[in-house]
Amino acid sequence: MKTFRIGGVHPAENKLSAAAPIKDAQLPKVAVFSMFQHIGAPAVPVVKRGDEVKVGTLLAEAGKGLSVPVYSSVSGKVSKVDAIVDASGTRRTAVFVDVEGDEWEESIDRSDKLVTMKDLPAMKAEEVVAKIKAAGIVGMGGATFPTGIKLMPPPGTKAEAVIVNAVECEPYLTADHRLMLEKPEQILVGIQLIKHAVNCPKAYIGIENNKPDAIKLLSDLLCEKAAQYPGIEVVPLKVKYPQGGEKQLIDAVIGRQVPAPPALPINVGAIVQNVGTVYAIYEAVTKNKPLIDRIITVTGKSVKQPSNFRARIGTPMQQLIDEAGGLPEDTGKIIGGGPMMGKALLNLEVPVTKGSSGLLIMTEKESRRVEPSPCIRCGKCVGACPMGLEPYLLSMLTRRKDWDTIEKNDVTSCIECGSCSFTCPSHRPLLDDIRVAKQTVMGIIKARHMESIKK
Amino acid sequence: MMTNPILIAVIVLGAIGLVSALILFVAAKRFAVHEDERIAKVQEVLPGANCGGCGFPGCAGFAAGCVKAADGGSIEGLLCPVGGQPVMEQVANILGMTAAATAPKVAVVRCNGTCENRPRIAEFDGVQSCRVQHMLGSGETACAYGCLGCGDCVDACQFDAIHINPQTGLPEVDEEKCTACGACVKACPRNIIEVRLKGPKNRRMVVLCNNKDKGAITRKACSVGCIACQKCVKVCKFEAITVENNLSYIDADKCKLCRKCEEECPQHTILAVNFPPRKPKAEKPAEPATEKPAVAKAEKPAVAKAEKPAEPATEKPAVAKVEKPAEPKAEKPAAKAAAAATATAPVVEPAKDQDKA
Repeated sequence: MKTFRIGGVHPAENKLSAAAPIKDAQLPKVAVFSMFQHIGAPAVPVVKRGDEVKVGTLLAEAGKGLSVPVYSSVSGKVSKVDAIVDASGTRRTAVFVDVEGDEWEESIDRSDKLVTMKDLPAMKAEEVVAKIKAAGIVGMGGATFPTGIKLMPPPGTKAEAVIVNAVECEPYLTADHRLMLEKPEQILVGIQLIKHAVNCPKAYIGIENNKPDAIKLLSDLLCEKAAQYPGIEVVPLKVKYPQGGEKQLIDAVIGRQVPAPPALPINVGAIVQNVGTVYAIYEAVTKNKPLIDRIITVTGKSVKQPSNFRARIGTPMQQLIDEAGGLPEDTGKIIGGGPMMGKALLNLEVPVTKGSSGLLIMTEKESRRVEPSPCIRCGKCVGACPMGLEPYLLSMLTRRKDWDTIEKNDVTSCIECGSCSFTCPSHRPLLDDIRVAKQTVMGIIKARHMESIKK
Repeated sequence: MMTNPILIAVIVLGAIGLVSALILFVAAKRFAVHEDERIAKVQEVLPGANCGGCGFPGCAGFAAGCVKAADGGSIEGLLCPVGGQPVMEQVANILGMTAAATAPKVAVVRCNGTCENRPRIAEFDGVQSCRVQHMLGSGETACAYGCLGCGDCVDACQFDAIHINPQTGLPEVDEEKCTACGACVKACPRNIIEVRLKGPKNRRMVVLCNNKDKGAITRKACSVGCIACQKCVKVCKFEAITVENNLSYIDADKCKLCRKCEEECPQHTILAVNFPPRKPKAEKPAEPATEKPAVAKAEKPAVAKAEKPAEPATEKPAVAKVEKPAEPKAEKPAAKAAAAATATAPVVEPAKDQDKA
């Protein structure tokens, strides 16, 4: 079975909510829309206090440069444009909407009816991309990179393979899995739209082998309707973390390796899109629906009903936890995202954003860090690193502040997957150190770059 | 003729020695690296800490920089923060220049978010490093600008001049040891530490806050945070105070140490450091004994005692010292803490922490 070539770990899968169908989460009383839901420049609010909004009304337009617009996911009145504390404690501008009823903009098609390529009027590639951009879609696996920009390959490059990331390699999370089971055809249409947008004949859906039902469902569908969905192939992959990393997935599916930064996946002809993003693209293009909701897994060993919700963006996390059976008493940590790459939340007022893929509730016992002991030079971290780095060395050099050597050791290639910290028998906080090093070195590189521009 | 083997050996070796000496001599002359002997002389008078506080890579670099600057005509702007004025005068003597007068400086931690002032809302169990914590979020309190208390500055200090006070969780600067080299300033990811003028008789006014949020938000996070109410700006006659980004800042060059802003500040963010106790407002104690004056007094004796040379002539005589500690003793925690502060060392910060205790 295919997989990426170096490193990787296999944490316990714990897909507790895999059998829970997607449920519509209740509408919140107050929805909060952060202007920082994506990578790049913040969106700029276009509404003010007292404005009436409907579901699908534009709240904020894209900022300058890398940015996307934000739409309202509820109907009601804008109560204020103010700062909220985001998951990491930073203050961010946000639009607050008091929810009244559930009125939708008329342009949005709310029916569940499948719209295929045949039903759509002929569209140019640019028109598809423009629609995706206007809908405010970002990468929904968690990185939240504006999708519209990813679908415009820079000059000199050509997309040779669209790869759909349905790996969901993070333990616990099942949002993508459920989406594939419940909306398979919609996803296939979405893939066709992407293929059309980047003018690429071939698409692959990479699915880890721990989701045999999804693999079977999609493969059967592709067999049955081969004529309708040409050039799409399901690729079952060995279960290994971090296969959902863009570079790892490209390696696993088409066997190409993306060179070190600043090279992009498109330099090897690949465009990777998360399955959630693909579904959002389908909805945006065929139903005219901007990105206003997403699937989010609420899970944890102590949670009463681990569930998958279709939650409107802006719903406070607290509400989702209540719907999943309330916050267990012995909760130690609540993590936004999966256990490997997610970040602990500082409070539960944090709203669902475009990138929230899950909410993991850990018990006090699970969440404790183990006291680190000295490095025994066993080399496990080196074996686990999917980017072929030497985490123990980078960590040691960070403590010595030897930034030059760290830079020479390619710290900027680190994808912060946490495999090194996970595998370390001495429980050393390798990733923490490497993050510091990466940030510092990036700063140094940037400063050097600015200086060279000046000269 | 008998050849004496010993003699031959001596002659041969001697000849080799001479030839080698000649080669070495020529090489030494031919490939000599000319170094200004002043550099070595300057380096000799430098402290040799190699802290980099001057902006040069170590003392040798600074010495070379001084000589180069002297050749250019002036060594103004160059300062060894560790050696300070005396060392710079020596350097100037060697180079035949006059040293510009520089005022001594000291590192100031601009945060007073002690455990009491700033409630913890989260717990960080990762690596005990400010940089790591800062990268991950706002830290354990709701203040995204305040001290994280993991002691990156302590690690950075080569002079053992900054330590975390376990009671307050904040770093405290030992003014005697601090050389104002700025290593802690660079180490702090939140830019809390500032190297400020020590001030006449080590007295200075400082805003102990780094929070750039709006007042309402700051107030929620910390009871002594600057809320940018502008009161200090209005009361200052010397235009020394500015409020920028919701944060008050006192320009040490303009500040005349009148202490009006300290009185005015509703949050007790502004602190007068190393001042002798205020003249007792004689009638005050008779008035309803509200908590505030009591606390204020409890704090002051600590400062006064810590800093012995308090000037009896102008400010308040010993009477105040004797009389006051007696009074707040009823108020246990403050008095105790103040006593502890006096016992330790002539450190400034412990006193200021009691200020709001």
